[in-house]
Amino acid sequence: MTFFEQFPIVIQALNEGFLQTLKLFAVTLIGALPLGLLISLCSISSFKPLRWLTRTVIWMVRGTPLMLQLMVIYFFPGLILNNPIWGSDETGRFWASAVAFIFNYACYFSEIYRGGIEGVPRGQQEAGEVLGMTRSQIFFKVTLLQMIKRVVPPMSNEIITLVKDTSLARIISLQEIIWAGSSFMKGSYGISGQIWPLFFTGLYYLAFSGLLTLLLNRIEKKLSYFHA
Amino acid sequence: MSFLEVCDIEKHFGATQVLKNISFSLEQGSALAIIGSSGSGKTTLLRCLNFLETPDQGRIILNGEVLFDAADPAVRKKKEIRKKRLHFGLVFQSFNLFPQYTALKNVTLAKELLARERPDYKANRKEIHKEIEEQARALLCRMGLEDRMMNYPQQLSGGQQQRVSIARALAIEPDILCFDEPTSALDPELTGEVLKVIRELKNTDSTLIVVTHEMQFARDVSDQVLFMADGVIEEMGTPEQVFGHPKSPKTQAFLQKSTEDLHG
Repeated sequence: MTFFEQFPIVIQALNEGFLQTLKLFAVTLIGALPLGLLISLCSISSFKPLRWLTRTVIWMVRGTPLMLQLMVIYFFPGLILNNPIWGSDETGRFWASAVAFIFNYACYFSEIYRGGIEGVPRGQQEAGEVLGMTRSQIFFKVTLLQMIKRVVPPMSNEIITLVKDTSLARIISLQEIIWAGSSFMKGSYGISGQIWPLFFTGLYYLAFSGLLTLLLNRIEKKLSYFHA
Repeated sequence: MSFLEVCDIEKHFGATQVLKNISFSLEQGSALAIIGSSGSGKTTLLRCLNFLETPDQGRIILNGEVLFDAADPAVRKKKEIRKKRLHFGLVFQSFNLFPQYTALKNVTLAKELLARERPDYKANRKEIHKEIEEQARALLCRMGLEDRMMNYPQQLSGGQQQRVSIARALAIEPDILCFDEPTSALDPELTGEVLKVIRELKNTDSTLIVVTHEMQFARDVSDQVLFMADGVIEEMGTPEQVFGHPKSPKTQAFLQKSTEDLHG
């Protein structure tokens, strides 16, 4: 097969893989953004046992490789507990990956949120208090937007990292784009011994992270109407 | 019984006692100036009145209602405190305006949130919001900010920001408005506009407590002066008494020093 015959076949396969990458990326964000906020609130809770438990969990999640977490979450129920909750098909692998990614990223996000919350001057909360606002009103009406403004730059970093980290799911054979690209080395769709499809996946990542950068910059700009 | 009765307030931060035996009273419509050097406990006292600090001992009685009693755990409940602190307004040294809201929204926000607790809120939502906004506009006009309502805090000068924060404190219609060194964070040329506003409030029969370093202002505006040193009330009296004929050596030394600073 000539290169020009291979090309459309490869692109088709990479597109399919990239769709899976995007799905994992989106599901992780949707899950980890709110979960991270919840974890960060637990990690600054005035109830000490909850605070220490949360900080221990954050330490464990941030202190071990995401690749290992993927394998533990995927294999542990089936191999150790004899209760394979994840199906052995692509759907099962996807949800196992999603759980691992959501939890891992929520822990990283929570630390960024915590920094953002703690960075809002104490006087803001006190101003709300003397005006008779409740704790939740102060959080949602006063602190939250200032916190969001503070966390957008560090979050952008994490989100861009997430785009590329999704490739770790290949370790449990999730058929994302790196998996799709490397399949042409062993042989797939009648093409074998080809490494260029793997290298070619880089362009997908570049294009997508470029798009995200533009979007995140826009959010940053939108929030620049006030100083916090 | 006076409008405000503060009885035997004590406050510790760890092992340090910052307020000892603080007792004073204040009549409705009068102004109290609290003076004293940094670290004398003035600000802590003001924060105790606004429930930002909880006194270890003592009672605060407003208009016959016990707002705080250290001996009675029931009054320490969060929910209770939230309602009670509405009797007091506080203007901060560093303004603490909400940066994400316009001047107008800074003034209306708390009132709008409080209005949600009204039983007729759902039925009259529109009217209530309109009323709150009109009241806020009137307050900002009183502060001379009619053309600044839609500006964000960062777009305002320090003096303007402080006047917005005075309007914000007035919006919840407190019985007593407290000022914590309202001009200390301002450039000298901007203090005048803020002091002028406070003087005008004094003329409208508001009850005021002002912690200040502006001795001349304290002398002009107050009916009662309270000099604090090392966490106790060292001297208390009319401005003529405290500024004209200070009895305590500490007061004399403090006033001497502040006049020297003034004349450089």
